[in-house]
Amino acid sequence: MADIRLEGVGHSYDGGRTWALRPMTWTWRDGRAYALLGPSGCGKSTLLNIISGLLSPTVGRIWFGDREVTGVPTAGRDIAQVFQFPVLYEEMSVYDNLAFPLRNRRRPKAEVDRRVREVSRLLGLEEHLRRRSRRLDPGRQQLVSLGRGLVRADVAAVLLDEPLTVVDPAMKWTLRSELKQIHRDTGHTLIYVTHDQTEALTFAEEVVVLNDGAIVQAGEPSELFLSPAHEFVGHFIGSPGMNVLPAELLDGVVRVGDATLGRASVELPSGPVRVGVRPEFVRIGPAGAASGPVARVTGVDRMGAYNLVHAEVNGHPVIARTDAATTFDAGATRVLRFAEGRAFLFRDAVRCGALEPLDGRAGA
Amino acid sequence: MSERTAAPAGQADGRTDDQADRRADRRAERRAERQAEEGERRADPRRRNNRAWLLVLPVVVSVAFTAVIPLMTVVNFSVQDIFSPGDRLFVGLEWFRSVSRDPEVRAAFVRTLLFSAQVLLLEIPLGVLLAVSMPRRGVWVSVTLVLVALPLLIPWNVVGTIWQIFARPDIGLGGWAVNNVLGLEFNYTLDATDAWITVLAMDVWHWTPLVALLAYAGLRSIPDPYFQAAQIDGASAWATFRHIQLPRLRGVLTIAILLRFMDSFMIYTEPFVVTGGGPGNATSFLSILLSKIAVGQFDLGPAGAFSLLYFLAVQIVCYVFFTVLTRTGR
Ligand SMILES: Nc1ncnc2c1ncn2[C@@H]1O[C@H](COP(=O)(O)OP(=O)(O)O)[C@@H](O)[C@H]1O
Ligand SMILES: [Mg+2]
Repeated sequence: MADIRLEGVGHSYDGGRTWALRPMTWTWRDGRAYALLGPSGCGKSTLLNIISGLLSPTVGRIWFGDREVTGVPTAGRDIAQVFQFPVLYEEMSVYDNLAFPLRNRRRPKAEVDRRVREVSRLLGLEEHLRRRSRRLDPGRQQLVSLGRGLVRADVAAVLLDEPLTVVDPAMKWTLRSELKQIHRDTGHTLIYVTHDQTEALTFAEEVVVLNDGAIVQAGEPSELFLSPAHEFVGHFIGSPGMNVLPAELLDGVVRVGDATLGRASVELPSGPVRVGVRPEFVRIGPAGAASGPVARVTGVDRMGAYNLVHAEVNGHPVIARTDAATTFDAGATRVLRFAEGRAFLFRDAVRCGALEPLDGRAGA
Repeated sequence: MSERTAAPAGQADGRTDDQADRRADRRAERRAERQAEEGERRADPRRRNNRAWLLVLPVVVSVAFTAVIPLMTVVNFSVQDIFSPGDRLFVGLEWFRSVSRDPEVRAAFVRTLLFSAQVLLLEIPLGVLLAVSMPRRGVWVSVTLVLVALPLLIPWNVVGTIWQIFARPDIGLGGWAVNNVLGLEFNYTLDATDAWITVLAMDVWHWTPLVALLAYAGLRSIPDPYFQAAQIDGASAWATFRHIQLPRLRGVLTIAILLRFMDSFMIYTEPFVVTGGGPGNATSFLSILLSKIAVGQFDLGPAGAFSLLYFLAVQIVCYVFFTVLTRTGR
């Protein structure tokens, strides 16, 4: 229906001493499927509750299109929200549960019936419509909660707060693709909260990473993976997360111990920096082949389809992902090489540049 | 003839054999399971005894002293006509018959039942209303809790005394106000309806807080997301109460109804202090009548029979309430 715009919105539960959600300006574009990704306690639920009006923000203003809704209560906002654990009207049948949001809004009977049947078909609840909702198993109860979120056709957005936590894993996959399908069919703005990166990356058109009450990066899944804008994104997305090596920047040249890694892509004041590179982009060369950081192999994890080689550079752990055929003896020393354009420089956890080969030549 | 009877007998035998076999099988299975379990725990599965029953002994003893023995003395009284401690006569169920036919007892029974019904009809909704309007969090929680609980902390006979004075038309604040501010004729010592209303008002004032506290505890146990979901679903305040709060109060309200029924059905001290059962018999509830018979007239036989019938009535009504309240809405 319209973009949802947050203008300097922040929230504090303790009268301003700490921010559960730091003041932020951000727009949820109409009709997009978002994943809101972040560790537990980072403020995801707080953000959703502010959008749906369950919580009024300590500071800031909220706009739905050109209508300001900051002071509008939940009922006036036309937002659907599904919570992490099943919330049911326990003495009602499944049918009545699904019909409840529509009946409260005085929809015509025929429409209510049509919507309830559509949604129950989508969620595989048809056979349970007559049952008392509290008799269902927790997974199905959550489907009923989800159904209540999806049953209204005219919502500004559907907010899903870790909705599949109690659903069993096999069902999760089906439901996630179904949600994607529903999103395509209805064109609702969808915000899907999760702390599970796979869930976020497979579900969303755009992933918003929240950490410690602030949005640290937002973008397509591949973007978050290939060019993390924040050390946290590097750690949180990817398995295992990004390697971080403390290094020194001197006149544009990045060094780790005695070894030169390359040049900074942008002009930066000299001083300590941190080099971030994903295990997927760390190559292990033969000993003494080229100039580069020297690593001592400490162990190899065989993961089946690939190996994870654990090594130490200057006392700092580095992990490289290599194919399953390669073997290294523990204690061997090798020279590492980072794939071009995939290693970045961070200062204060924020990306400040990329690592480039010294003479514009790959590998050096 | 003999053939006809023989065949069914044979069948019956076969069936019982079958059943016996099956039962034995099942028993054997069960025994095997039990032994397997115990085998893990203990080396010798054969060393089993029933000494654990001794652990029940303290309960048996205390129940015997607190309930069974006193009750048995009452049973003992109820079947005898006692002229003096040394001179008694076994009369069987005679007292039960005469007590249950006594018009005074019957009138008191109806009166008490009516009183309990009114108490429940007033206190349960009022208590729930009070609980719903109490704050869920914040500094006011403890303030309201203390204020609401205050009447519960006052001893029964003090409550009686307070109301005895409070409702007096000459010097009592309440009685005076009704007469002189509202302009209604009100005198509980002379008018039967006024006396009834006074006793009822006193009970509501004294015990609604109990219902409110129980209901409040029930409401507090409802997690926030339920209320949030109700907001999202556009539920009105009434719908929220009807579909979220009320269903969750079933358990505590069952307890509240049972407690309030038992207590009001056995009410004694307060009406005794306020009205003494009068005027006439207007507030002469079962317990007041009983104490008149037992202590006033010292008719131990009829009083014993009366007590047992009273006890039975409370048990039956509680059983019915409990069954209905726990069975419905499954
Ligand atoms: N009702 C509340 N009162 C006080 N603090 C809260 C409340 N709800 C959440 N918080 C705090 O705010 C922070 C963010 O919480 P939340 O938004 O629930 O995180 P998430 O959903 O990402 O796990 C947490 O540190 C949490 O302890
Ligand atoms: Mg949460």
